[in-house]
Amino acid sequence: MGEFDFSVWGPSLPFIRDGLLFTLRLTLIAMTGGIVIGTLLALARLSPIVPLARVAGAYVDLMRSIPLVLVILWFFLIIPYLTGKPVGAEVSAIITFTAFEAAFYCEIMRSGIQSVSRGQVHAAHALGLTQAQAMIHVVLPQALRNMLPVLLTQTIVLFQDTSLVYAIGAKDMLKAADVVGKNYNRPVEMIVLSALIYFAICFSLSLAVRQLQKRVAIVR
Amino acid sequence: MIEIRNVSKWYGPTQVLKGCSTQVAKGEVVVVCGPSGSGKSTLIKCVNGLEPFTEGTITVDGISVGDPKTDLPKLRARVGMVFQHFELFPHMSVRQNLALAQVRVLGRKADEADARGMSLLDRVGLRAHADKFPGQLSGGQQQRVAIARALAMDPICLLFDEPTSALDPEMIGEVLDVMVELAQEGMTMMCVTHEMGFARKVARRVVFMDHGEIVEDAPAGAFFDAPASDRARTFLARILHH
Repeated sequence: MGEFDFSVWGPSLPFIRDGLLFTLRLTLIAMTGGIVIGTLLALARLSPIVPLARVAGAYVDLMRSIPLVLVILWFFLIIPYLTGKPVGAEVSAIITFTAFEAAFYCEIMRSGIQSVSRGQVHAAHALGLTQAQAMIHVVLPQALRNMLPVLLTQTIVLFQDTSLVYAIGAKDMLKAADVVGKNYNRPVEMIVLSALIYFAICFSLSLAVRQLQKRVAIVR
Repeated sequence: MIEIRNVSKWYGPTQVLKGCSTQVAKGEVVVVCGPSGSGKSTLIKCVNGLEPFTEGTITVDGISVGDPKTDLPKLRARVGMVFQHFELFPHMSVRQNLALAQVRVLGRKADEADARGMSLLDRVGLRAHADKFPGQLSGGQQQRVAIARALAMDPICLLFDEPTSALDPEMIGEVLDVMVELAQEGMTMMCVTHEMGFARKVARRVVFMDHGEIVEDAPAGAFFDAPASDRARTFLARILHH
């Protein structure tokens, strides 16, 4: 194997950048979609309508019990069946991650909703707000704030997990590093580079979460 | 205004309200007192349907609270409630707390709601705190904001559920002052409270509860001077003599 040669990093940057852009896009879409769908799932799980709660609960349990790689592979195989036409690895990855992360965001939002006291709900109802208005204006904003650090931490995990799309050949950052590494016969150097980039991004996001936590904390 | 007839409530096998009947006439102030666990908070929460009850009827302004056909949000919008733990919305400024239901429930315009809110803040002496968040206020200030929030809906009556129990002693007075003022202006009020000074001053009647039943329902003067039951005598002795 011989000496390391990090000169390969220079020419690899355009590929890495494209891969990273996809990784970021995937993370952002899956986070936004995951939180929205996850919140709806959480509302369904907490709903007094038993069948609805059961279905949502079953979905969440299913997603949380299967390794992500398998979910990615399964969706890649199943989505063309459902839609009747093949979708690319990238589209498949976006749908999969949104659906998968929704289950995790659901559980976070569920505990967030439950963290808001009964008294708050009573106060909202006593003012004449309907169940839905109380949820939208009083419970969910507090649930989101209470859970913000956990939601963002989950998003950092999501960002790292997106590297698993290599399984279906989507061109994320890790895949780009892999391809360049093979072309230049410098796989180790490229793996080191992508690890450094993952670390730099995740670590600064963690610091940002800590800062944000201080800023948005509700004064009680 | 408020008619409570034979209301009973069970939590599973435990009966927490036993055939309670009383009423609050328009412009009347009625104080509900009794030892903790006597069901007084549960009873007052039944009045606006926050707690369901198993038997009996409650009507507010002629509208039956327990009737499944009743539009509860609409009824509650006309019945103000003040809670032991204030329950201001911590993620909203004082101003927003006052405006939320005016805009969402009554359909008032934002500036109209804000003006009404500010005039009520003025009245409870907190105009200067309009843009603060509840967490930045003292307990007494928060409770006064909560009263203003209830008043902003122009309620036909007000329910108070131990409004001073969570307050430090030096803050109780400022909240009671607001309540006395409201009572003297003729607001219909049902108050669960142990503030017997307040009861003597403004209550027309005192309802004494113990173990889920209404043991006494008497004019305030008579209740304090000559309570009819042993239980009320023991209760009064305990809270007045220390």
